[in-house]
Amino acid sequence: MKGISTIHRMGGGLLLLVILLTPFIMLWLGKPFWLDIFTRLVILAIAASSLSLLLSVAGLASFGHAAYIGLGAYAVGIPVYYETYGGAPWLASYSGWWHLLLGVSVCALFALVTGAISLRTKGVHFIMITMAFSQMILYLLVALEEFGGDDGLSVDLRSDFSLPDLSLPGAESFGLPSVNLPSLNLPPVNLPPVNLPTVSLPPVSLPPVSLEEPWVFYLLCFALLLLVLFIVSKLKHSHFGRVLQAARQNEQRVRALGINPYRYRLLAFVVAGVFAGLSGFLFANYAYFVSPSMVEWTRSGELMFMVILGGVSSLLGPVVGASVFVLLEHFLSRLTVFWHLPFGLLLLMVVLFGRGGIIGMLKRDSQQ
Amino acid sequence: MDWVLVLTQALNGLQLGILLFLLSAGLTLTFGIMDLINLAHASFFMLGAFFCASATLYFDSFLIGIVCAVLGTALLAFVVEKSVISHLYVRDHLDQLLATFGLILIADTGVHLIWGPAGLAIPLPEPLQGQVRVGELVVPAYRLLIIGVGLFIAASLYWLVNKTRAGMLIRAGASNRQMLSTLGINVQLLFTSVFILGAVLAGLGGLLIAPITEASIGMGNDIIITAFVVIIIGGIGSIKGAFVAALLIGFIDTFGRAFLDSIFALFMSVDAAETAAPAVSAILVYLLMALVLVWRPQGLFPPKLR
Repeated sequence: MKGISTIHRMGGGLLLLVILLTPFIMLWLGKPFWLDIFTRLVILAIAASSLSLLLSVAGLASFGHAAYIGLGAYAVGIPVYYETYGGAPWLASYSGWWHLLLGVSVCALFALVTGAISLRTKGVHFIMITMAFSQMILYLLVALEEFGGDDGLSVDLRSDFSLPDLSLPGAESFGLPSVNLPSLNLPPVNLPPVNLPTVSLPPVSLPPVSLEEPWVFYLLCFALLLLVLFIVSKLKHSHFGRVLQAARQNEQRVRALGINPYRYRLLAFVVAGVFAGLSGFLFANYAYFVSPSMVEWTRSGELMFMVILGGVSSLLGPVVGASVFVLLEHFLSRLTVFWHLPFGLLLLMVVLFGRGGIIGMLKRDSQQ
Repeated sequence: MDWVLVLTQALNGLQLGILLFLLSAGLTLTFGIMDLINLAHASFFMLGAFFCASATLYFDSFLIGIVCAVLGTALLAFVVEKSVISHLYVRDHLDQLLATFGLILIADTGVHLIWGPAGLAIPLPEPLQGQVRVGELVVPAYRLLIIGVGLFIAASLYWLVNKTRAGMLIRAGASNRQMLSTLGINVQLLFTSVFILGAVLAGLGGLLIAPITEASIGMGNDIIITAFVVIIIGGIGSIKGAFVAALLIGFIDTFGRAFLDSIFALFMSVDAAETAAPAVSAILVYLLMALVLVWRPQGLFPPKLR
């Protein structure tokens, strides 16, 4: 058994490495658009991983996870809108730190309030009440005429993470390699996201980090995916995660041990909401666009599909699910406009026959 | 207050309520009896409309269109129940949710393949195109027909569920299905029949509204969510609850959209009221459901259990 789990761990690392490198290899092969697809893939993987904390670890079938993506995205869209067109000076900003702070606090608050109410219900009622709260956000965003209502809002530029005093003197001269040039040298681009955490310390010698640079943005997304996976894995194997899993399997027994699972579930709900908000933050930056359609219930359904498709028992299940989802969507939609048909069939097959998702099937194979 | 306007809106609310009832009746039965979440109910709503549109255009008769649509929906429901749904009864709610979500994708794309991306209008027969005048109140005749037919179906359903042997089995199934199968009832047959009944009712809802809105792809995907709200508020498994909650939501939603800005303007500036009212009226229904779930999680009229 020990050997098998090592194989799985190596397989997981390999998978992440493949995801990280594929767009670079594809660029080398002269297909730069793969960067776009993989950025979307990584962002969706973050959202799916956050949902898997609820779905797989805590056993809470939240059907409103898209709401947090929408909230996180509008936390970018609205400040950028105000900064560009004036108004609401307390909100307006291009600063990515402000967008993140805003998105994370709004998502945490929304998760805290709706979670506190939703978690009092069980089973199908829980599914429906989380969906209802998500619908509220949807219609709220539709009703916001100032921010485009139904049509959404375009985000003029990506969140700005450079320090204000740095960006002025000769920031251009640092000159990150432009992505439009076919002859780009990869190594220097790799560095900036690694330097991100230390940004606050020395106000000198740091190249300005511009998310407008697609490679930088991709690497930021990937780093955040690693961070989310790391935290989810730590949580899963902590006391906190064990209580959640135990309560999923047998709530009465956990209560008999003197532990009330409610608080643990609420915390999980908030953490998952914050991570989904993070993916929303990235989505707004990725698409230069936010709209209420990000919050439609079908989006929440797709996220659930990714988690189930990949397999609920494994940390990387949601990453596998998101990858398969995005790649299938890409290939099928190029093949035919009717790509939802094979997609729906696949969904049916996975639910009816594929217990444990893709990772579950792989595990069964390797155990035989 | 303008009473003609209030009455008109009341009729609109009644119409929406009846439509919601047609959708939720099947939903609440499949949910209460088979413990099945069926998102694909939305697809029968849509398919009823498309079947009716095609048949109406082909035979040049709305009535024949309705009959064909009912038969078509019933047949399709039978096939879907046997091939997919019957495997889902023993699964958990998450699996049911995802599988029926898959069915929605298949149905929507199927409709796209067969009928194309554009909507399909259903021409109404001459006598139904007119308007009925009562004093100052002017109502399209067809809307009155929807309300009349809806109330008739609701009454028939009440009779079926409360006065017949089949209805007794349905009620028994909603209360305790293990007991039902222990007593030697063919539960599989009951499940199939209830599923078909629900699908036909949803199809009827779709074809009734289609002459007003057109039959279009995904037309049921929004209203199905409201129908879920209805059955949660009404109490899962209860036809009476579905009826009361459907009308309640129909009225609340319609009146909210029509009058909330005037009500808000009583205690805030007109500008603020006009901004706030659409947002609040859109979420009113969900707010109500959240309140009911917190205050009475079993719904307003839960079926008697055990």
